[in-house]
Amino acid sequence: MPPAIRLDEVAVSVPTPSGDLALLHPTSVHLTEHRIALVGSNGSGKSTFARLLNGLVEPTRGTVTVDGLDTVHDGPAVRRKVGFVFTNPDAQLVMPTCLEDVALSLRRTVKDKRTRQARARAILEEIGLGDKADTTVHALSGGQKQMLALAGVLATDPAVLVADEPTTLLDLRNTQIVADRLFALPQQLVLVTHDLDLAVRCDRALVIDDARVVFDGDPQAAVSTYRTLARA
Amino acid sequence: MSNLLVGAYRPGTTLLHRLPAGPKLGLLAVFGVATVAVPGAWPAVGLLGVAIALALWVRMPLRSTVRALRPLLLVVVVVTAFQVWQQGWPTAIHVVAGLLASVLAALVFTATTAIDAMLDAITTGLGPFRRFGVNPERFALAFSLVLRAIPGILEIAQETRAAAKARGLERSPRALLVPMAIRTVAQAYETGAALHARGIGDD
Repeated sequence: MPPAIRLDEVAVSVPTPSGDLALLHPTSVHLTEHRIALVGSNGSGKSTFARLLNGLVEPTRGTVTVDGLDTVHDGPAVRRKVGFVFTNPDAQLVMPTCLEDVALSLRRTVKDKRTRQARARAILEEIGLGDKADTTVHALSGGQKQMLALAGVLATDPAVLVADEPTTLLDLRNTQIVADRLFALPQQLVLVTHDLDLAVRCDRALVIDDARVVFDGDPQAAVSTYRTLARA
Repeated sequence: MSNLLVGAYRPGTTLLHRLPAGPKLGLLAVFGVATVAVPGAWPAVGLLGVAIALALWVRMPLRSTVRALRPLLLVVVVVTAFQVWQQGWPTAIHVVAGLLASVLAALVFTATTAIDAMLDAITTGLGPFRRFGVNPERFALAFSLVLRAIPGILEIAQETRAAAKARGLERSPRALLVPMAIRTVAQAYETGAALHARGIGDD
């Protein structure tokens, strides 16, 4: 049973000199499917929506809860439950070497250094970067960096994974590798993507346009809605 | 330049690699004090010899080591000239050999110590200060972020310079500094969001 993500009359806006700008109009959804895609054009509010789910963005009105935990009041607990993968892995990889970056994620759960190193090494082996453990993260390819960023997030053992356009910067081959990894996860996945092939592999898709959820349901139908919107 | 600080760690199995970071840092401090406190030109040259021997022992690659020492060249020339003029050759040799010895020893330290080990040493070392409200974990994290940020900022500087050049603006300080400052802040913001998302610093 995947965790229940619930948005209750959630709106997000930012003040600008010419009045408040709505990043998301009042929205209520209940996300329980295993894999959920978010599609929409640039600047439509997809990222805002995704960032609401782990409290990186706080709602201006309404509440977001994950398994009953409020993202504002129980921020740390929510972030332990909800992992987040960014588009650009460079921003996400904070430590100098691959092993150290994964170990950083484990610092809270595994106090003993030796065990932590061994666990981190095992995680790197699993994603095929075993031989890169002591390599600087700058030396990795884009695809390897994204796999490492993903491994760093998964090391914290989240129940939900939110991925914000994780394949946008990748070539076809790496897109497939990262996507296959994402779709093989037992965790609930919320995938923001421009890759419509990936969107249709999900169980449910939301189309976001002009700061509103304009379609919510079957991924195939969502993709055709999105195509129609893009032509308009 | 970026390998000066963080790409510097070279895994190995020598005694220096295996020595815990805390005691190693202590030895480095003692070594640094010795280069100043032990009088005379010959002991300083001896210490420089020790530092070179250590560097050879842990197999520091010659090219990157020379590159890391190059920024010191100007200081060495100026200090040598000044000391020769003021105090004569023996003092000049003492100062310059001591300076090179301590920098080389510090490079050996970074080459043989993983950042994670250093963070652990910092965390343990600051443990007693916990009761004064110091959070050693957070301090260690800030330390590693600084180490990561320096090559990051240099990279941004290079990219900004290339972008300005591509548009024929390489002589405009505004075209260099403004985007560099904005991108540095943006990068910091993104890193903050990433740390936040990974739940680091929440507790």
